[in-house]
Amino acid sequence: MSETDLESATSIDMSTWTCPVPLRDSPTIVMGHGGGGAMSGELIEHLFLPGFGPAARAEMGDSAVLARPGGRLAFSTDSFVVRPLFFPGGSIGDLAVNGTVNDLAMSGARPLYLSTSFILEEGTPLADIGRIAQAMGVAATAAGVQLVTGDTKVVDAGHGDGVYVNTAGIGVLDDGVDIRPARAAVGDVVIVSGAIGVHGVAIMSCREGLQFGTTIASDCAALNGLVADMIATGADIHVLRDPTRGGVAASLNEIARIAGVGVSLVERDLPIPEAVANACSLLGLDPLYVANEGKLIAIVPAQDSERLLAAMQNSELGKEAAIIGRCVAEHPRMVVARTGLGGNRVVDLPIGEQLPRIC
Amino acid sequence: MKYLDEFSNPELAKRLLDSIHEIATRRWAIMEVCGGQTHTIIRHGIDQLLPDEVEMIHGPGCPVCVTPLEIIDKALAIAAMPGVIFCSFGDMLRVPGSSQDLFRIKSAGGDVRVVYSPLDALTLARENPDKQVVFFGIGFETTAPANAMTVYQAKRLGIGNFSLLVSHVLVPPAIAAIMESPECRVQGFLAAGHVCSVMGTAEYPMLAEKYRVPIVVTGFEPLDILAGIRRTVMQLEAGSHVVENAYPRAVTDQGNEPARAMLRDVFEVTDRTWRGIGMIPRSGWRLSEAYRDFDAEARFNVAGMHTDESSLCRSGEVLQGLIKPHECAAFGKECTPRNPLGATMVSSEGACAAYYLYRRLELTAVSHV
Repeated sequence: MSETDLESATSIDMSTWTCPVPLRDSPTIVMGHGGGGAMSGELIEHLFLPGFGPAARAEMGDSAVLARPGGRLAFSTDSFVVRPLFFPGGSIGDLAVNGTVNDLAMSGARPLYLSTSFILEEGTPLADIGRIAQAMGVAATAAGVQLVTGDTKVVDAGHGDGVYVNTAGIGVLDDGVDIRPARAAVGDVVIVSGAIGVHGVAIMSCREGLQFGTTIASDCAALNGLVADMIATGADIHVLRDPTRGGVAASLNEIARIAGVGVSLVERDLPIPEAVANACSLLGLDPLYVANEGKLIAIVPAQDSERLLAAMQNSELGKEAAIIGRCVAEHPRMVVARTGLGGNRVVDLPIGEQLPRIC
Repeated sequence: MKYLDEFSNPELAKRLLDSIHEIATRRWAIMEVCGGQTHTIIRHGIDQLLPDEVEMIHGPGCPVCVTPLEIIDKALAIAAMPGVIFCSFGDMLRVPGSSQDLFRIKSAGGDVRVVYSPLDALTLARENPDKQVVFFGIGFETTAPANAMTVYQAKRLGIGNFSLLVSHVLVPPAIAAIMESPECRVQGFLAAGHVCSVMGTAEYPMLAEKYRVPIVVTGFEPLDILAGIRRTVMQLEAGSHVVENAYPRAVTDQGNEPARAMLRDVFEVTDRTWRGIGMIPRSGWRLSEAYRDFDAEARFNVAGMHTDESSLCRSGEVLQGLIKPHECAAFGKECTPRNPLGATMVSSEGACAAYYLYRRLELTAVSHV
């Protein structure tokens, strides 16, 4: 989201609050906000709904009642615990909306509805929650999804990192769309939609107070528009995956294992921005394992690949799309990269988080 | 920072490789001392591109790998104490001690934090005057100056709630120990460029002369490594054994004099146990008399702890270049990066982990687009 969005997001109108002191004097979350009483209601009415803006559709019932869309449904959920809550290029709010939108889009579904659930830590500034709610509203509007139901709980100070957000989403699949990891087949081409490693480095650079010469902003974005453009080409897309935690390496390993194919990458074809390469070199990390929040991997039959690549490059979020490898019969269930010098290395599933090296 | 691409330029790499193929006529075993160099070699597949005549032996230069189990256990004991903030570089967190690692201490409520500089730990100490802040100061001559600076500053600023758990090790005594081993196969060394950027090169001519081995100071990017290997092979083919500097953009003969002065002030040479190798006399640093108050072992009364190394793991032989990681029966079976039996499987700089991560294909056909 833009700088202006963030600024205006802080200007939630506190004057309409009806809740008793000490709230107005101390504009932070207190236990009462999660109690289900008047304070909970006020939080929704005066903070979340204005923040969500036109994306919100809240009839305030115990559940959202939705018209039944035709076709098959896709359903997904994700929880967001990022620290810090705000980072260059976005916030936990953007992640919470785009993350679930993207999970739905990776099955080829058109995302329609999202639930939003908050676990708030006592003492968190209401202004922060307001910014997050507004970021979610802006992101939902951009992605064309509605925020239809939600929940708020409050935990004691010291028992949470300010805000945790869970979103669940429902999307609908058009007839004939069959996109899933098991369809990856030998001979298929592996495409990535743009520069990799950006989100993870953006988070690390502000979390650890590291500077890499330029500010690296997260690539956080909703990919359903790009996916719609890709499906519209008629290409027989076998697999889509958004390489979030664990990066491109983890996603390709999962696909290779599920489909029983090998994946062969060409390192020099990986789109890695210089700032990401530098940051990773400094910290002893591998960009292949660094998280992305606005990129996807597509696996398609070779005969459809050029057409799909061209369509991606014409779409706003796929301008830097590139072919990075192929599915092969050799080394099934393993990902192998040809290095810039011409050697080979296995790109294994990461164990846990990547740890910065000592020297 | 534009150097990354330039120093892995494929055309220049090919020229160096062609040259190595041309000059190597006999079989040579060359040890790269530093774990960072091992990482580059395996990460870029350099060892696969070298002629069969040139064998790279991966040396003991991963600070995480050579830190003895006993020190890890001491770290775990201190980190578990109430009122302690235990700070470490990231890759030490997963190193297994006798029964657990720092991650588990953290999940059980210990305050364990990853820092990027020991000076960050000093800042934490100032911000938390009611806590004891301990930094895990391990590593070679490369990481030592920053650790020395931290202790120096702590003393100067009177920050009494800071201490250092120190287990520094030194490269030249390790080279000597490797050459003294009766099973030694090493015929030439790539010396660790960043160690030399601190310490200079004065300690190496003696070793080259005594053991009649070429020692080439080498950097860490792919072209640096290839240039170092090429110079070493040239010396071996010519029967020469002198010290050469193939990393002049970072290393001078004198090293970094202010850093060395700081090291002389804060540390003194001591005997050290190396994981997998054993005790090497005068192969490490401990805090000097003037800074002994900042020694975490004494402050937390763990100096008496004693732990024996596991007998199953053959990391000692790996660290000495006697076997390749995959020649150990446990490699990739009982011992994986997820469940490491020894430290060489833990750090990505460790020879076993590097092999596991990048080279499990060894006997598998590989095709490429």
